[in-house]
Formats: sequence, C-alpha cells, structure tokens
Amino acid sequence: MTTTAAEPAVRKNSPGAAPSGTPRRRTGRIRRIGLPYLLLLPALVLELLVHLVPMVIGIVMSFKQLTQFYIRDWGTAPWSGLDNYKVSVDFDAPVGEALLHSFLVTVGFTLLSVGLCWLIGTAAAVFMQDTFRGRGLLRTLFLVPYALPVYTAVITWVFMFQHDNGLVNHVLHDQLHLTDEPSFWLIGDNSFWALLTVSVWKGWPFAFLIVMAGLQNIPGELYEAAALDGAGMWQQIRRITLPSLRPVNQVLVLVLFLWTFNDFNTPYVMFGKAAPQAADLISVHIYQASFVTWNFGTGSAMSVLLLLFLLLVTGVYLAVTSRGRRTADA
Amino acid sequence: MRSIRAAATGAVTLSLVLAASACGGGSSTGGGSNDSPKTLTYWASNQGASIEIDKKVLQPELDKFEKQTGIEVKLEVVPWSDLLNRILTATTSGQGPDVLNIGNTWSASLQATGALLPWDAQNFSKIGGKDRFVDSALGSTGVPGQDPAAVPLYSMAYALYYNKQIFADAGIAKPPATWAELVADGKKIQAKGKQVLGAEGANVSENIHHIFVFAKQHGADFFTADGKPDFTNPKVVDAVKQYVDLMAKDKAIPAGNAEYAQNQSVSDFAKGKTAMLLWQSASANLKSQGMSEDAYGIAPVPVQSGTPGTGTQVNSMVAGINLAVFKNTDNLDGAAKFVKFMTSDEEQKILNKAYSSIPPVKTAQADAAFTAPANAVLKDTLARSAAALPQVPDESQFETAVGTAVKELFADAAAGRAVTTESVKAKLEKAQQQMPAK
Amino acid sequence: MPDPSLAVRRSSPLAPPRSFLWARRVFLTLLTGFVLLPVYVMVSSSLKPLADVSGTFRWLPSGLTIRPYIDIWSTVPLAKYFVNSLIVAGAATVCSVVIAVFAAYAVSRYDFRGKRVFTVTVLSTQMFPGILFLLPLFLLYVNIGNATGIALFGSRGGLILTYLTFSLPFSIWMLIGYFDSVPRDLDEAALVDGCGPLGALFRVVVPAAVPGIVAVAVYAFMTAWGEVLFASVMTNDTTRTLAVGLQGYSTLNDVYWNQIMAASLVVSVPVVAGFLLLQRYLVAGLTAGAVK
Repeated sequence: MTTTAAEPAVRKNSPGAAPSGTPRRRTGRIRRIGLPYLLLLPALVLELLVHLVPMVIGIVMSFKQLTQFYIRDWGTAPWSGLDNYKVSVDFDAPVGEALLHSFLVTVGFTLLSVGLCWLIGTAAAVFMQDTFRGRGLLRTLFLVPYALPVYTAVITWVFMFQHDNGLVNHVLHDQLHLTDEPSFWLIGDNSFWALLTVSVWKGWPFAFLIVMAGLQNIPGELYEAAALDGAGMWQQIRRITLPSLRPVNQVLVLVLFLWTFNDFNTPYVMFGKAAPQAADLISVHIYQASFVTWNFGTGSAMSVLLLLFLLLVTGVYLAVTSRGRRTADA
Repeated sequence: MRSIRAAATGAVTLSLVLAASACGGGSSTGGGSNDSPKTLTYWASNQGASIEIDKKVLQPELDKFEKQTGIEVKLEVVPWSDLLNRILTATTSGQGPDVLNIGNTWSASLQATGALLPWDAQNFSKIGGKDRFVDSALGSTGVPGQDPAAVPLYSMAYALYYNKQIFADAGIAKPPATWAELVADGKKIQAKGKQVLGAEGANVSENIHHIFVFAKQHGADFFTADGKPDFTNPKVVDAVKQYVDLMAKDKAIPAGNAEYAQNQSVSDFAKGKTAMLLWQSASANLKSQGMSEDAYGIAPVPVQSGTPGTGTQVNSMVAGINLAVFKNTDNLDGAAKFVKFMTSDEEQKILNKAYSSIPPVKTAQADAAFTAPANAVLKDTLARSAAALPQVPDESQFETAVGTAVKELFADAAAGRAVTTESVKAKLEKAQQQMPAK
Repeated sequence: MPDPSLAVRRSSPLAPPRSFLWARRVFLTLLTGFVLLPVYVMVSSSLKPLADVSGTFRWLPSGLTIRPYIDIWSTVPLAKYFVNSLIVAGAATVCSVVIAVFAAYAVSRYDFRGKRVFTVTVLSTQMFPGILFLLPLFLLYVNIGNATGIALFGSRGGLILTYLTFSLPFSIWMLIGYFDSVPRDLDEAALVDGCGPLGALFRVVVPAAVPGIVAVAVYAFMTAWGEVLFASVMTNDTTRTLAVGLQGYSTLNDVYWNQIMAASLVVSVPVVAGFLLLQRYLVAGLTAGAVK
C-alpha cells in the first residue's frame, strides 16, 4: 500500500498546489465526470494486462502441481491445495531451508546495499552542496554508474573479480600483498561481498540524485538563521540538512529497498543460473526453482510469499515512518 | 482503509474475469496437422564457434532442402543459455518451432511433458528405420521402453586432449591410461611449471558429465533401477570425491578452475597453459583458437585400471544432440521430411564434419573423414565404452541439484577447505532431498 | 519553464571549516576512484589484444588495437540487437511518458471516485517480483495472440508493452508531484481562454513540466534498455535485444573479453551521453516531482 501514506506526503508540501477541492471548470458535467477516467484508462488497462492479471494467474498456479508433466496444458494440472506453500515454508526440509537461507541472504544483502547506497549518496550530495572547482564534472562522473546499462556494468565487474586474471586480485594480492593467496570472488563466501560491491556501485548514484534534488528544496533562510545563531558547517548539516531530508529519505529508502530486494538483473548476469550459496538472492533462487527444476507451482508459491512479505514490510514501514513524521511535525 | 479494500476487491475481480477469459482459449493441445505444408521453423542449438558460424553451416543445407522439397525452413540458432527456457515456454504455450535440437540428456525430461512427437515404428519408417542409428546414440533418446522422443543427430564423446610439447618436456612418453597415472604425470608436469588438467568447476553440466563417469567406474548409479535418486550411495560419494579430489588432494586441477564456467579451460589448453583437458569434440574449437592439430594428441579418458570398456570401465557419457519434432506442428509431413533429410548419409557427413562430431548414423560413420586418428578415439569410445546419462524424467533437476553440489565442493576445495567423505555426502544428501518427491 | 540550472540555495557567511574541507576532499577522491575504476577497465580492456585480457591483469595494455571494435560487429549481429533495443526502449519510453502524462494529469487536477484506488493499485505493482508474472504474462500474450491474431509474444510489441508498464508506476507518481507544483492558475486561465481540458494540459501544463517529463523519460528508457529476464524469454533471433545479445560474446570457444568490453562501451556510450546531457533536467525534474 505504497501510496496510502506516501501520496498525501507527496502533495502536502507542494507550495503551488491549490487547496483540495475541485477547481471550477467550464466544461459539461458529463465530460467533467468522464474525462479523468478516460485519461486513466490506458494506464489502468496496461497495468491490469501486464501486472495484475498475470499476478492473479501466478497466484492460481501456486495452488497447482505444475511440474513438467503438466506444463503443456497448465489448466489440467491437478490442484495441490497448500502443498506448494507447505513445501516452501517447511524450514526443516531442504527446499524450505534453502528458501529461508536465500531469504536471509537477501535481507542482509538488501539492508547493507540500501544502507550503503543511502550513506554514500547522501554524503556525496551534502559534500557537493556548495560550489567548488570541478563540482559539475564530478557530478557528471558520479552519474555514470547509474546511466550504464546493468549488464555492461556487471560484466565489467565480473571481469575484474576473476580469480586468475582479475584486477581485484591483481591489486590486493600481487601489488598490495594483502592476501596470502588470491581470493575467489565469484564463488564461495566472498561472492556476497562481490555482489554487494556491484550493487552499491550501481545503486548509490540514484540516492545521490534524489538527495541532491531534495537539498534544492531546503529554504536558504534556514541556513542563514542557523549561521546567525553561530552554528558551524557540521552543525548546520546535522541540525538542518539531515532533518529536512526526512520526507525525501522516507520515499528513497523504500524505493531502493523494493528495487534491491527484487533485483534479478545483477545477480543473474553475475552468477548465471546457479548462484553461489553465499549470494543466493531470492529472485534468482525462485527463478531456479521454477525454470531450472521445472516446478512452476512451487516457484509461484515462493513468489507469492515474497510478495506478501514485501507488502507487509512496506505497510509497516509506511505506518511507522508516517507516525514518526506526524509526531515530528506536531 | 475502506477505499483500499474496495480497490483490492475490484482489482482482483477484474483480474479474475480477464484471466478466465484469456485462458478460456487454452493452449492448443491437439496433435499435429498439415495446415501449412510449405514452411517449417527450426531451432538449432549452438554447435559451432559462434551463432553466426552455425548459420553459415546450416543455411546452405536448408537451401538444399528447400530445393528438394519446396519447403522453406526458417532457422533460428538458439544460444545454450536460452535453449531450455525457450523450449519450456514453447511447451507451455504451444507456440514453438516445428523441429528443434535438444541436448540428448534432456530427452527423458522433455519426453515427460508430452510435447514432443514420439518416434514409434511408423514414424521411424518415414526416415528409413531405427536400424540406421547407432545403439549408443539411441540409448539417449528417452526413457527405456518408451518410444524415443527424438532422433540422434550429432554424437560426441569425451576424450583426453594432451599437449604434446608439455608432455615431451616433462618426459612423459604416453598419455595416462588410469587416474593414478594421470596424477603421477601431473607431478612431472607441475615440476615444469605448467598446469596439469583443465576443468569447468562452476559449469553444472560439465560437472555432471564427469561425475557420472566416475560413478560408473565405481560401479554405482545416481538412480536406482526404478528411477529413484540414490545420490548418497557410498560408491557415488566416493566417485564424486575422487573427481573433486583431483583439485582438493591431487592438485591436478588448478584451484582457479573452480570458477570456470565459460570454457576458459579450453582456451587455457589452447594457449599451452594446461597440459591436459577432458572435453568432447574439441578439435574445431582448438583450431579456431589457433592451436594446430599437430600440437595436441587425443587419448581415451582414463579409467581406474585396465582398459576402457563397459561396466566399471566406462570412460565417457554419450554426448550429443537429438532432433525432435513438436507434436502440435502444423506441418507434420514436412517435419518428417526434414528429419529424414538431416539424418541422411550425405547431410550427416557434412554437418558432423563441420562440428567435429561423430555421425550417429551407421552408414555415415563409415566415411573416411571419421576414421582419422582424432575421430577414431571418439568413435571407439562411443562404440565401446560410453554410457548414456540416466534417462529419467527428473534428469534436468538431477543436473541442477547435483551439478550445483559439485560446484560448491569445488569452491570449498579452491578456498582450501577440506573435502571429506562426510562433506561430500552432506552436499549430495541435500541435493537428493531437493529432487521431486516420488 | 522552470530554470533547470542548479541554484545553490545555501548561503553560508562562514567559510567551511578545515575539517569539512578535508573530509570532502578525501571522501570525494575515494568515491571518484571507486566510480571510475570499472570505467577505466572497460575502456582500456576494449583496446587490448586478446592475449592481454585473457592473461594476468595489467594496468597498461601491451599494445593498443582497435581490432575489437571491428570484430564486435561480426562476432554477433550487434547492429541488429542495437536497433532492436533502440526500437523497444524508444517506443516503450514514448508510450510510457504519454500514458503517464494523461494519468498524472487526471490525478493531479481532478477529484473523482476511485482516485485513491487507482494510485494504490498502480503503485503497489512496484513491489511485484518479476519472476512471479513472467510465465503467466507469457501465457497471456500467447492466448491473446491465439484469440486476436495480435502477435505479442516474441514480437517487439510484446516487449514494448511489458517494459512500458515497468516504468509506468514510478513515472505517474513522479509526474503527479510535478504537475501539483505547476500553479493551477495557469490552466484555469487557459480554460478561461477557451481551451478544453486537454488543450490546457498540452498548452500549459506539459510545457511547464518539461523537466519532470524528461526525468521520467530518462528513467523509462533506462529501465527498458537494461532489462534481462523478460528479454531472455520473450525475444527470438530477430527481436533479440542487447541485454541478451551481449551474451553472444562468451561463445563455445573463448570469452572474448576485449570484444565484450568494446561492445559494452559501444552500447553504453549513447545512453550515458544522452543521460548526462539531460542530467540538468533530471535533477530539476526530481526536485519538483519526486521529492516534494
């Protein structure tokens, strides 16, 4: 329920917005009622077609025993009741255990990635709030990772993370002698950190962009007033900049969270169909459960569980952050 | 909150209505027809050095076919990374090609979907009879006792490729015939500063192909006679451990190979970095990477002791590509004609030469091109000491589950962690439990 | 049109303290290194001979060659994939922006029953895992194809349709914010002048919202340009996009790293260049749209 709280937040602060209530219009009554729906129609139809209907089909599939024996005509696949769900959440059995493991890896990965993206993005935006020589050039450079197509960025990182010939081992091992042996980055436990690095590299400029935009909306008088009170640069950042960014952060963190959690492109291009355990993100895990082991019923059940989890997190997040804001505003 | 609930209800209702109406059409489940006798769609697998090369090899032959029959064949060469997905989605939707290549190990899995045309006696008679094909190749066309789901097209086998120069430098007179010899030779090779044996540790399918052979050599199978997974059988565990030990204990496979999954081991071999490589039909590959045919020798894959043969002396899987027809094709007769064309002696010779594979058709195999020393080893292996991977419907899941387990074991070995009988068994046990319940 | 330049609103009479300056210097230097490292690798590797990229990494090439830039076009039909990606991403962007403009206008300027329902529904699709509806969507397209003869599966049209809905929710949401910031007096005045509501939209609101629309377009384009999952299942030989096509450089033979890097660079340069040219609009668009 992304919008229940976010949407009023979006509108509340816009200075130019007219007070709520319909502005007077000189068009016919029927057109006035029909027009908004007409304008919404294309968006509505497309979202229904591409997102909602398939989602409902997916939910139906999750109650079916949809293995290779039935995929040819999935309508005839036998109903399996809650079996797919039982298998998915039976954490003592390997399938459920693997799903839980993958889920935990994903949660850890997402929290770290979102946290780092936010931190780096905010730090960079705050540091670059004032003009200095080369600022424009740096800002342009910083947007490059975001502008690069995902697969080219990931492929380049894979090239750098190779065990024998990669740049990372060349620097860490051959040149700095930090490790006794060259490390493996694409298999084994380190793959988690490799994936995190790529994800942060790719993701932080988005946070940077949004925070930079958010900083534009902080009225200059606030800083002037603080400066008159004798607040130094660091205090200004702590007392004015960061609190003023709260509404921006609320949305930014949520969007980053959802995108990172559901990200398929990065792990898939990086590790292919069989991701190392340490970097077994849930989107690829479900992909493997559905397409590689040909059990689309269980795969769908896992997706539905994932969807429910995301709904819950989003709902709780919005409830908590909005209440926090209301108290702060009051 | 009320409006949200209303929203949800509305959306779900509308979706259901749309879904119901959309699915009412249903995918066409009927058999084939001859509604469009003038065209065929053909999905080829990527056999040559690149997709573009495949098109150059196949297109002239398809033109020939069109001239003979008036049927136009639309060719698409599908990369291996996409092929199985594309087949799955085609199966689900009924929107696929008429004729397609499948990896022969997938035969039983795809057979279970019921989407492929079964090759019963009548269908076989349209292409000259079952007897034209080599038995070992027919063993990889579906579950034994059922009508094959596909027809053999190209056959391949594993062999040991070795670098003559490195062997000479290390004072090794002849290629190793047993694993013990290979490990011993490895010490001499390492003394000369070269890597011993290349492997694709992160490639799930390659792992499966090798541990299957090791299991055979230990007298074990991954599936019981009635098709149940039996991965934790002590002999299977020993077999898997022996393969991983080539890296973990014997250090014959360099640790870096644990992350190889894109045929880097072939280019290491072509560049003279590694002395040996276990590969199927690598000749064309090596040539395109600039390694001359005189630079390497081809020998049978080692066994535990003695010489390659059947039973525990097996030293290769039956590798290869099968040609299948989608049951719901709208050009049934044309598809049969096309299969007949592709398995004809003449085409078999042309295509298998181009891909350095062995024709599964007996009469084509006799051609002089396939009796050269390089091919003789492959042909011998196929005829005498190759076995088909388990032909069970769960083969695809088996490849994923067990192949991934071996990949993880290699990762452990590469990271310097001990690979013990227990750790191997634990991984295999986990793989077994991920198999569909019976 | 709002001034897209980035005004510095903060006026601090006090000069920044040394600690701040040093922290800034160190942080931005490290960050620049982190950002540029892969870019350097990409550029330098694309100019190296194959032996260099398949051996131990070296910072400086042993020799420079433009061979990879010639070979990339013949190893895989890169030009074709490029055109496909351009058509798919371009069309998805145009459609997405137009549809988002209509929807955002309705939400921003009208009160109507079901407004909340609409925004909630559209935005909640942001959290759907793509994998959940990959197969169902595929089935749906096939069934629509069977029923109506409109080929969605395997065609560029199907991909365009899919991608435009990926970017639609975020686009609508951003534009609602942006339109809200366009003073209503402007379209009121246009209505008084005899424009219809659509006239007001296109003559007044849209021109005033150009930065927001550009930002949305950039976002939509990049979403479509980089998608891998749906592209790998829903395209065939003739409609394959770059995201899938670039895998063609890891062939049965060898991984042509230098060609991969050259191709990556070739497909990235237009996108990055376009993005950087439009970045001023992007920040301005986000400022008024997303973060208010």
